[in-house]
Amino acid sequence: MNLGTRKILDRSFTAVGFGSIAVMGIALLIVLVPIITNGVGSVFFTGTLEHRKMLFNEFGRGNTEELVKENAVSEVYRQQIYGMLSAFESELETMDAEKKQDYLSKYGPVKTALQTLIGPLPGEAEAILTRYKYGQTRWGKAEEKLHEFLYETKWDFSNPDAMSKEYFVSRATEFEGTSLVKLFPFVEEHLEDVLRPEFTVYWGFLTDSSVDSHIFGGIWPEIQGTFFLAVGAMLFAFPLGVIAAVYFTEYAREGFFNSILRSANSTLAGVPSIVFGLFGLAFFINTLKVSESKSVLAGSLTLAIMILPTIIRAAEEAILSVPKTYKEASLSLGSTKWNTIMTVILPAALPGIITGGVISLGRAAGETAPIIFTAAVSVGSAIGLADVFSSPTPALSWNIYNLASEHEAAAEIRHVQYGMVLSLVSIVLLLNLSAILLRARISKKLKG
Amino acid sequence: MHMTADAREVSTSASGATATRDIYLPSERKIISGGGTPHVVAKDFSIYYGEFEAVKKVNADILSKYVTAIIGPSGCGKSTYLRAINRMNDLIPSCHTTGALLFDGEDIYGKFTDEVLLRKKIGMVFQKPNPFPKSIFDNIAYGPRLHGINDKKQLSEIVERSLRKAALWDEVSDRLDKNALGLSGGQQQRLCVARTLAVEPEILLLDEPTSALDPKATAKIEDLIQELRGSYTIMIVTHNMQQASRVSDYTMFFYEGVLVEYAPTAQLFTNPKDRMTEDYITGRFS
Repeated sequence: MNLGTRKILDRSFTAVGFGSIAVMGIALLIVLVPIITNGVGSVFFTGTLEHRKMLFNEFGRGNTEELVKENAVSEVYRQQIYGMLSAFESELETMDAEKKQDYLSKYGPVKTALQTLIGPLPGEAEAILTRYKYGQTRWGKAEEKLHEFLYETKWDFSNPDAMSKEYFVSRATEFEGTSLVKLFPFVEEHLEDVLRPEFTVYWGFLTDSSVDSHIFGGIWPEIQGTFFLAVGAMLFAFPLGVIAAVYFTEYAREGFFNSILRSANSTLAGVPSIVFGLFGLAFFINTLKVSESKSVLAGSLTLAIMILPTIIRAAEEAILSVPKTYKEASLSLGSTKWNTIMTVILPAALPGIITGGVISLGRAAGETAPIIFTAAVSVGSAIGLADVFSSPTPALSWNIYNLASEHEAAAEIRHVQYGMVLSLVSIVLLLNLSAILLRARISKKLKG
Repeated sequence: MHMTADAREVSTSASGATATRDIYLPSERKIISGGGTPHVVAKDFSIYYGEFEAVKKVNADILSKYVTAIIGPSGCGKSTYLRAINRMNDLIPSCHTTGALLFDGEDIYGKFTDEVLLRKKIGMVFQKPNPFPKSIFDNIAYGPRLHGINDKKQLSEIVERSLRKAALWDEVSDRLDKNALGLSGGQQQRLCVARTLAVEPEILLLDEPTSALDPKATAKIEDLIQELRGSYTIMIVTHNMQQASRVSDYTMFFYEGVLVEYAPTAQLFTNPKDRMTEDYITGRFS
């Protein structure tokens, strides 16, 4: 090959390399930016008085005096709103039956929308679900709800060949000629006075239990569950994996049996995680009966089986990369094989083994499929350490899926979902970062 | 068998319990009294890697408390032979032996031989300095700790004694807690010698101990061998014929797995009995 062609090939390869890295970087940006911006919104946001009331009632947090004061200010505007409602209701009584029926059917949705916006209206039975006890706790959401209050959403089906079109009708126009017509501009103008938005830092998102299946409150049960499951998996998988790796590298004789074991291990590393999940259900819960039904223990065992091949591979690599001369030196001093492994080989292989371990820990923390059937529940409180043998737990990975797809009010609490995603990503990143730091520290110590 | 009369003479004459044959020593060296006890005895000893016979039917006595050099071209089996003595070849799965190799009259490859105990008595220093990634102190104390010494004071004594024997004490006494990998190559190699001495072996096997070192460090190791001579049975594999002639009392010349000649060093270098030996030491092949 002549020099010119070679240079062109080299250059073009560099270009392709750069290109692929750029594509990867952009993809990462596209994924990470919304996760971070939306996720941060679960802790830092503009909270309303409703949020502060909720915190006070459900978690006993907040300054009573200030809350009373604030509430008094808000109440002034609320009373005016309530006044308009009752005025309209008495006006209804004076109308003839047909007209009354017509207005009542329109008045119902208005009341519901208002209730969603600013909380329970006087004269109604107290709500059973916590979500109906408060108005909008986040200002951003309140603005959305205000729009829904002011405008009725309608669909235009006039063109049968196309998708129907969404359009908005002002509710105020529907009540033209009644006293209620004043309500809409009043609420629009004074919503801030009623809800009193204020910049809020809600660290409780990370440390509180959820209230009414994640409508309010935090994600501590999920964080703790993820921690229990991942650490539990490591407790089983790490020692087993390292022992297996020592066996493969130091004790096993090359042969048919051994090569079958090795390829089995490699194959296991590639098995889809849902298969491990079903296996966990069938084996640990139904056959071994480690617990009545789903439990942290069963989930940890399933995750352990899943990450075991990776740990074995990483530990094997690490042990094989220890210079043979260490082993020779140790043996020549009259050390037994066992002693050599424990005092020379494993310490020298430790950085690699730990890296493999922590990366597996991150994987265990992030996996959803293996815990669906073995450990995860969608809603639950944080469990105690003593309950891990019998209780299931919420976990970040599963609850992210649940909030994204199955939760009855998924659209209302996207911020919780993003908060969970950001927490999970942060936990995994932190674990990987700590692995890198730990590795660097041990390597430095080994190198002197 | 390709073997000179002289080598056979050494082998046979020394195999008696206490041979008192005069041993040739270069004039500048002290005469070692009471020498001549065979320490390691090879009888028709062969080493195989799978089918390949790397060392062929060696018959030789290594005499106690002398320095024996093993020379020969690359791949002649000299390292293999040396590593057979403390069974380091066990690490190679395909390696096996025939014949007998006796250490103090006991078969090294015997069925009931404890290779761990054997290696405690037959220490080895390798081609490349291989200190553990631990502190200097822990490197030296590694062996004694293995053999059950945990008393801090006793360990300190052993460490100091071993380092002094290896002529390294003055250089490292103020930084025993520093990582051994921070030492220079020559220091590391002397540390390895000290580490081996710390378990108080009877035999010291040196496998090309200076091949990775500069001339100055090499000189120090050679001085060290001189110091240790008389206290230990030393076997040194070397590529450097000057080194062999400088440090050893006896020299073995291996060629293609065969022990061609085994004689007192001065005799082998000045008056080799075998054509092959002569060709090798005069540099006609290497």
